[in-house]
Amino acid sequence: MSEAPLLEVRNLAVGFESGGTVARAVDGVSFRVTRGKTLGIVGESGCGKSVTAFSIMRLLPQPHGKILGGKILFEGRDLVQADEAELHRIRGGRIGMVFQEPLSALNPVQTIGRQVTEALLLHKPLTKEAAWAEAITLLDKVGIPSPEVRIREYPHQLSGGMRQRVVIAMALSCNPSLLIADEPTTALDVTIQAQILELMLSLQRDLGMAIVLITHDLGVIAQVCDEAVVMYAGQVAEYGPVEALFHRPAHPYTRGLLASIPRLTTPRKSRLPTIEGAVPGLNQMPAGCRYQNRCPYAEARCALAPPPLETVAEGHAVSCLRWRELPEFKPVSPAAV
Amino acid sequence: MSSPAPILEVRDLKTHFPVRGGIWLRSVATCKAVDGVSFQLLPGETLGLVGESGCGKSTLGKTIVRLLAPTAGSIRFEGTDLATLGRKKLKPIRRHLQMIFQDPAESLNARHTVGQILEEPFIIHGIGSAEERRASVDTLLDKVGLPRAAAHRYPFEFSGGQRQRIGIARALALQPRLIICDEPVSALDVSIQSQVLNLLLDLQREFHLSYLFITHNLAVVKHVSDRIAVMYLGRIVELADAEGLYARPRHPYTRALIAAIPEPEPRATRPRFIGTGDLPSPINPPPGCPFHPRCPHATDLCRREPPPLRETSSAAEPSHAVACHYDLLPAAIPSPLGAPQKQESRDT
Repeated sequence: MSEAPLLEVRNLAVGFESGGTVARAVDGVSFRVTRGKTLGIVGESGCGKSVTAFSIMRLLPQPHGKILGGKILFEGRDLVQADEAELHRIRGGRIGMVFQEPLSALNPVQTIGRQVTEALLLHKPLTKEAAWAEAITLLDKVGIPSPEVRIREYPHQLSGGMRQRVVIAMALSCNPSLLIADEPTTALDVTIQAQILELMLSLQRDLGMAIVLITHDLGVIAQVCDEAVVMYAGQVAEYGPVEALFHRPAHPYTRGLLASIPRLTTPRKSRLPTIEGAVPGLNQMPAGCRYQNRCPYAEARCALAPPPLETVAEGHAVSCLRWRELPEFKPVSPAAV
Repeated sequence: MSSPAPILEVRDLKTHFPVRGGIWLRSVATCKAVDGVSFQLLPGETLGLVGESGCGKSTLGKTIVRLLAPTAGSIRFEGTDLATLGRKKLKPIRRHLQMIFQDPAESLNARHTVGQILEEPFIIHGIGSAEERRASVDTLLDKVGLPRAAAHRYPFEFSGGQRQRIGIARALALQPRLIICDEPVSALDVSIQSQVLNLLLDLQREFHLSYLFITHNLAVVKHVSDRIAVMYLGRIVELADAEGLYARPRHPYTRALIAAIPEPEPRATRPRFIGTGDLPSPINPPPGCPFHPRCPHATDLCRREPPPLRETSSAAEPSHAVACHYDLLPAAIPSPLGAPQKQESRDT
């Protein structure tokens, strides 16, 4: 981790204004993305993972969403301070974006070709003909069969998986150094999801870009990412290399999540471990650790002050006062074969 | 499958929809959402129904409870064929046959309190006095792990997991014998998903319920099911015991599905066989085997003749049916769980 990271988010806080109060959806989030690597951000609905992604691109819903503090350092520049013109150059240029629902990311009344060439023409000095030719190459690269035909079609004529390929082609059009993918496969079927994830990884190998992958699916994180950030209630609960997170999780929340997913090796019809209770509302966050009301290991001091991020090992940190005292983690109950 | 009589027996069920077009909205084509499905469900058993979007699994579920009218075939529930029954005759049977939907926010009336929602089944079927009904509501809330005070609140005041509990309580109200669960945990977060799965398993044990469990999630379906049917384009392509299906998948589509599961285990070196291409449309299904355009083993026979669902039982597996012309060798595509020895070494 000696070389400068491609992206470094430092102490990011994001709030949404409503009726005079500000709900802090993201509160003190820090992480780094290494060049050419994949960082996963995982958490449940409302944990702030998408808000974090939208903040990096400065695409928070206006006028209510505001970055309240922190830094987003991308290739040496602080995107929090960047002006609109600079952001325009970066978005779709140095940073590509892929969203969950490809149908709403695409314009229904424009052809695929027009939409793919749009980014190319905006960011590159190309003639229309050259951009069209490059768009065909891009569509071919993302695995769209007969791209010279598909390029004249409209989004509704493509399947969900094909549409997501188009969105990926658009995101890649200007050779970004960072691709931000917000739940890119959530709306897709498993076999299509596997195809899209494979595609993203092979493109990453060819093009050397870094990926920030936001998902609620721990399986996707395990299959695709090098490192991951586990978010809970707007904060980082734990981050680290994927192997460490899945085999030596230090935060009770990470452990709870891992234990509660049914796996192919879980004995059938057995009771699954659960995380009791629910996430507190944004306006009812307790002082101290935000997981305390659901944590089986919580004690009095957890309620006093927010736990600091402590280093577990190189590149692996956890925000829990009691992480040293937790029992050994047993990831999977042995298969009852 | 000899001893108990099945609670549900579906035979050659077809649900087709007309596709309308042109200015007069005449029927221009037929969408064969469910196209010749047969299976049995035993009392107390869970049959998982798994497949990708558009395979007809939800249509099948809705046809069984007669929210949709079947085009052909029979649905025998405890001996009575529901496929041909009229509204009046259907009503008394419906109380034994309930459904839980994917999105609890959409399947609960937002303008009714939870108490009114849970009381409604009793009112519809004319059961009990007002007093008794309210007592039943309390019992139902206890059963699904909600506070009794919930009866006076509205669905929007609850989280997704709690709303799904309300949906489950409503389905349980009339003490049904069969519940069709249509993606009951797909809209829920992982930590909530396990709570709801546990609840469904507990209720099944307590009331000896039969479930038809519809989902696209292959890990969830394995966890809850005794047997699993894999659907593709309106047909069952494989039907087997839950363990046997994953240990010895026979249909190339089942193998592709299992290989595509993102297991929460980093760098799991599972063999990857990912089918290429998309699901064809059920409006114009390919001739022959519906899977042949995506199948790596397809031959001329597959392109010509649709394979019937046939038993391939052996001594090791009393019941394992597959709709494939060929007996693909298990060695051709290794078991997704890896060899058993290897797995033990990973756990220790």
